[in-house]
Amino acid sequence: MPDVSVLIAGQAGFGIDKSGLIIARIFNQLGYRLYVYRDYPSLIRGGHTFSIIRAAQGKVGTHKDKIDFLLALNQDAVDLHKERLKEGSRIIYDADTVKAQGTGVNAAKIIKEENASEIMRNTCIIGSFCKTAGIDWQILENVLKRNISREIDVNLKVASRGYNAVDKISGIERLKQEPLPVVTGNEAMGLGLISAGLKAYISYPMTPTSPVLHSLAGLSKDFSLKVIHPENEISVILMALGFSYAGERVAVGTSGGGFCLMTEGFSFAGMSELPLVVILGQRPGPSTGLPTYSAQTELNFALSAGQGEFSRLVVAPADAEEAYYWSGACLNMAWKYQTPVIILSDKNMGEGAYSFDINSMPAVKEEGPAYWDGKDAYKRYLNTETGVSPLAFAPLKGNVVKINSYEHDELGITTEEPGLSKTMQDKRLRKGKYLEKELENYPTVNVYGDSGAATAVICWGSNKGVCVEAAKELGMKVIQPAVLWPLPLQKVKDAIGQSKTLICVESNATAQLSGLLMCYGIKTDKQILKYDGRPFSLEELQEQLKDCSSIK
Amino acid sequence: MDPVNLGTYAQNTWCPGCGNFAILNAAKAALSSLAQEGTPLENVVLVSGIGCHAKIVDYINANSFYSIHGRVVPAAEGIKLARPNLKVIGFAGDGDAYGEGMEHLIFAAKRNIDITMIIHNNRVYGLTTGQYTPTSPLGFRGRSTPLGTSELPINPLELMLSSGATFIARGTSHGLELLKKIFKEAILHKGFALVDVLQVCVTYYNMYQYYDKRAYELKDHDYTDYYKAMDKIREWDYNADKPIALGTFYKKELPAFEDRLPKFEKTVQDREARLKEVLNEYV
Repeated sequence: MPDVSVLIAGQAGFGIDKSGLIIARIFNQLGYRLYVYRDYPSLIRGGHTFSIIRAAQGKVGTHKDKIDFLLALNQDAVDLHKERLKEGSRIIYDADTVKAQGTGVNAAKIIKEENASEIMRNTCIIGSFCKTAGIDWQILENVLKRNISREIDVNLKVASRGYNAVDKISGIERLKQEPLPVVTGNEAMGLGLISAGLKAYISYPMTPTSPVLHSLAGLSKDFSLKVIHPENEISVILMALGFSYAGERVAVGTSGGGFCLMTEGFSFAGMSELPLVVILGQRPGPSTGLPTYSAQTELNFALSAGQGEFSRLVVAPADAEEAYYWSGACLNMAWKYQTPVIILSDKNMGEGAYSFDINSMPAVKEEGPAYWDGKDAYKRYLNTETGVSPLAFAPLKGNVVKINSYEHDELGITTEEPGLSKTMQDKRLRKGKYLEKELENYPTVNVYGDSGAATAVICWGSNKGVCVEAAKELGMKVIQPAVLWPLPLQKVKDAIGQSKTLICVESNATAQLSGLLMCYGIKTDKQILKYDGRPFSLEELQEQLKDCSSIK
Repeated sequence: MDPVNLGTYAQNTWCPGCGNFAILNAAKAALSSLAQEGTPLENVVLVSGIGCHAKIVDYINANSFYSIHGRVVPAAEGIKLARPNLKVIGFAGDGDAYGEGMEHLIFAAKRNIDITMIIHNNRVYGLTTGQYTPTSPLGFRGRSTPLGTSELPINPLELMLSSGATFIARGTSHGLELLKKIFKEAILHKGFALVDVLQVCVTYYNMYQYYDKRAYELKDHDYTDYYKAMDKIREWDYNADKPIALGTFYKKELPAFEDRLPKFEKTVQDREARLKEVLNEYV
């Protein structure tokens, strides 16, 4: 089965990120399914940055340690990644700046001769890579034309010089599959929200969710979106609640630090029953931590954020397809149940790029909340059987819409009366029960591999990709709850079935999912935890799972 | 419309003699008058924070958003951006707007977003029982500063003017007619309007006599002139014993934030088809 890994590396500012995406799209044109891992430090120029592009016949969601091609734009690229080379790996490098064995091309010289800017060394190297790998010039030309808007003629010239300067070494197989969109998790979350009728997105920039802000700002004209970047995260969440009050479907995006600032507003959303979607992109903490790396450390935070007790939905999509589907579903749920929702993303899922098949998930459409029928006088907090009060928005002739952060009566006027306080708290919590019931019809728990396997790997979020692939060869099954709250307990239990050994794989140091399962009497036998900010590689997880297979 | 019709069944729990009554009555009168002149009450949304002031939204039968402490402004901005046809009026205390949520006020002024902020500035925390606020004078003895504060107050109007607010006024709770007039003018002003009301807390900081002695109404003041406005605003710094000017200090017509935001077609005709096109661009 074809399975090719390409690593391109250099300094921040060399265009490594864009180049990685171009390489992915070249493979896409050859019929491959893609996963791109991006690794970069927290700086603008300098440092070391790289992307690993993995192209395979089937769906992939993880990178491998070993690579087939190393595209080196500086010496570090070779020195720091030589461990990843295996027999038959090929280094393609700028011979003017890098000492290595393999395919050298005088990229710096070519740039100078073509009067091109220095960043185009990567276009030159990509040209040389395509020739080395036996990829048709025409494919490269088409991909470059689609992906580069500035100085495309010079880029094409530089790419063709890189292409023609080297020899063909291998022939990448062309697969009989149609190309698919290559979408990052962040882009997919934005598109999924749009599919369910998003009207406004409000965010203060913070890695790893800033790209959601950027991509939605870019799409604002296409979908009449109001995209606002206010003074801080407190303003973000309060502005969003203002939109929500006015009846506009809204989402916000941030990371752990920003969400800390939002928690008071989050609790307010719970009390005032204002629909709200929060994209919470995880990165390693505590505090600033490793800002450009990944983690799964905010599960407990997401489950408990905000003072008081209120119902919420916490969903952790695992890849771009799930991100699209669940973002739409979350927006619908937020409005149907007038409750805050957290989409728990992480840097690997958000900034990773995946082949995206829209038909792999159920279709998402805007689903309306219960609206006021206009018959009786409007009561914003009408106490109903489900706890869900019909929605209406100002202006309403002869009626008022009052929302309140204090405990309040059905009209929304403050109360401190004990009986009413209890009634209203019960009303709000009751919504959670109905939400939980509706979720039974959703793909809240995914199971992969042999359902009768003796060993089950349980994971969440972006670790799904690596777990599914690693477990497959070892004959284990993988259980991935996409919804973490309300925990789909029965489905998790059904998924575990007769399995004797349960291994939990998480990117945190305290096994947070394992802890949550323990609250429901599900004990994991072993926890494989990684908390250095980097994703598991396929080989790494396989080794660790093998070590566990002796557990009885 | 009779102002009385604007009431609700909520029991008023302000102390007898509280300066908030003046603001409540002036606000009701201004809203009634605006309704008669073509701004229907259903198009008005009142936003409040947390503190004694905030109860005002329970006492007025109008759309309302009872927010959290310090967060009147961003909520009001969100409502305005979502529905520009609504008149959004924020009520906030001095602890609320000038303490906990000062950054929002500066940014709202900078944007010149078309909302009105009415500040119940009693220069003391009432509901938390008597601590100093950002506008309490130097040496103020409150429950958190029994030996007196060691910091000077801010002059919020000076800050608002330099931040870009396009309507700045001051009133007191002993001047109902002036308050009504200012509120109406502020609400009708297109752009960010702030009215600082020297509202007296009878329980923790009774300044009725102090204000009555020093307050005077601005006459022949050119409120279109930034520097003249600044001079008048700086006359009293909320600390020294100086005459206290009331009325409109500054008023200027400038494009509001929502007018400067990009305008798009009202609806996306076929969201699904457009989504497919967008996805195709990622191939």
